[in-house]
Amino acid sequence: MKPVRHLRLIILALGALLMVTPFLYMVSTSLKAQQYVLRLPPQFIPDPVTLSNYERILLRSDFGLYFLNSLIVAVSATTISVLLSAMMAYGFARYRFPGREWLFRLLLLGLMIPAIMLIVPQFLLAKYFGLIDSLLGLIVFYVAGSLALNTFLLRGFFEAIPPELDEAMRIDGASDWTRFWRLALPLARPALATATIFTFLATWDEFAWALAIITSPEKQTLPIAIALLQGPKGTQWGLVFAASILAIMPVIFVFLSFQRHFVQGLTSGAVKG
Amino acid sequence: MDRQSPHRMRSYLAPALFIAPGFILFLVTVVYPMVQAFQISLYDWKIVAGAVSTFIGLDNYIRAFNDERFWLALSNSGLYMLLTVPPQVVLGLAIAMLLKDKSPAQPLFRVLYYLPVVTSWVVVSLLFRYLFADRGLINFALDDLLHLTDGKISWLATRWTALIAICALGVWKGIGWSMMIFLAALQGVPRDLEEAAIIDGASRWRRFLVVTVPAIWPAMIFVVIMLVIGGFNVFASVIVMTGGGPAGQTEVLLTYMYRQAFEYLDFGYGSAIAVILTVLVFVLSAIQLRLFRDPTGDAR
Repeated sequence: MKPVRHLRLIILALGALLMVTPFLYMVSTSLKAQQYVLRLPPQFIPDPVTLSNYERILLRSDFGLYFLNSLIVAVSATTISVLLSAMMAYGFARYRFPGREWLFRLLLLGLMIPAIMLIVPQFLLAKYFGLIDSLLGLIVFYVAGSLALNTFLLRGFFEAIPPELDEAMRIDGASDWTRFWRLALPLARPALATATIFTFLATWDEFAWALAIITSPEKQTLPIAIALLQGPKGTQWGLVFAASILAIMPVIFVFLSFQRHFVQGLTSGAVKG
Repeated sequence: MDRQSPHRMRSYLAPALFIAPGFILFLVTVVYPMVQAFQISLYDWKIVAGAVSTFIGLDNYIRAFNDERFWLALSNSGLYMLLTVPPQVVLGLAIAMLLKDKSPAQPLFRVLYYLPVVTSWVVVSLLFRYLFADRGLINFALDDLLHLTDGKISWLATRWTALIAICALGVWKGIGWSMMIFLAALQGVPRDLEEAAIIDGASRWRRFLVVTVPAIWPAMIFVVIMLVIGGFNVFASVIVMTGGGPAGQTEVLLTYMYRQAFEYLDFGYGSAIAVILTVLVFVLSAIQLRLFRDPTGDAR
């Protein structure tokens, strides 16, 4: 079995190299001055190394503001979405009532329609509510877009909690809300972590909706601001990638710190189908 | 047996309170727009305040069917789906199979393969635009290093090469996701069945077909359907990498819709395209669900 094992590791390592090289090259480019970024043969180790791209992004642009906008939007949307989805999922998992399956199917419909297909009517709706060009407009529709998936994910998890536990608490006189808050939510932590990560990543990265409704520069989120860094001719690649790296840091941090939960949550929630 | 007893009514109150806040938001911001998309698509919709939108029936749809650019965008979306879904499924499953046994290196590999998934579409699209630039890393590797191509290719300057670059990004970014789902599903493969198959002297391939595939079938359906939907959902990578260019040659359905709506302010036509796309996705999903219903056919 030894050679098979080595072969396996070699294939995995080569694949991983393909996945990671673009990132490493991005880091390398972010440390180059403009005249070196498209030089042939390419420099993998920048020579000379310069931090001027980072300096320009951090000190001489509104990057901090865009970062803050993204953070406000992603954190608010994720919190609201996970809470509302958990409540819905619990309602669907723990109670029987007429029309339950019908309502749930309506929700699944939302799962099948990619958000961007609704962008025109949602734009009109946002306009009607005065949410165009506001962070609130981003938050509301990001929550809306993530409800279906999160509810679907969490419902399976809540259904797996033994009803006896619920029953025992009910006999002890615990209200419905207490049972949800004290029993179901703590037990569903891995699934909640998964839902949190998915939603955070999606909202942090969202592009199309923000592009459609945000018009003022001071309300831009990171994806919009970074996309606009491309010049019509001659993009400053070092600058673009310095900003990109700073923008993806939180996401990678969240992923690395939650990833154990993430795998657990996927195992028990999403795959049940 | 009084079905309307107070106790019964009260027992509906709790689920209603749990479900209502999220569901009302869902109805207003997702279901209502879904319905309204149909409505708008039947109008020559005027976004300007005070202007009257006129009902034009199916004109927007007829226009789409006679619009060469619409068909080009549709075929580009279809191509993107065809070129990105199979590699993501096959490679994702292959990597998951190689990674499924616990080993010291497993968590590291898992993170490395998943890294592109968590990275913003805008960032990786810019990155690939840079890699596929005329003087970029891809041309350097293919031409100068491996001598596979005759000179440098202007990847983003023609339709096919640009689509290849966009698809390469789609596959690179998506493999980690399908791998993760398959990895999770593989934990659920019954050990005893696997061992029984080994004792019976079944080959690796046979064990994979008879034991593994049926056990992960629900995950397989989930992955394929989500990837097909995702394939038609391609947007940011096209906007950032080519902007639909050159001359609209790499426009996909969503970028075309977006342009109609937000550049030409033709909301009616944009909605018609969105509706067509939605119907298409639904039909495809339904067909897949039917096809995938039973993997082993009569053997079950």
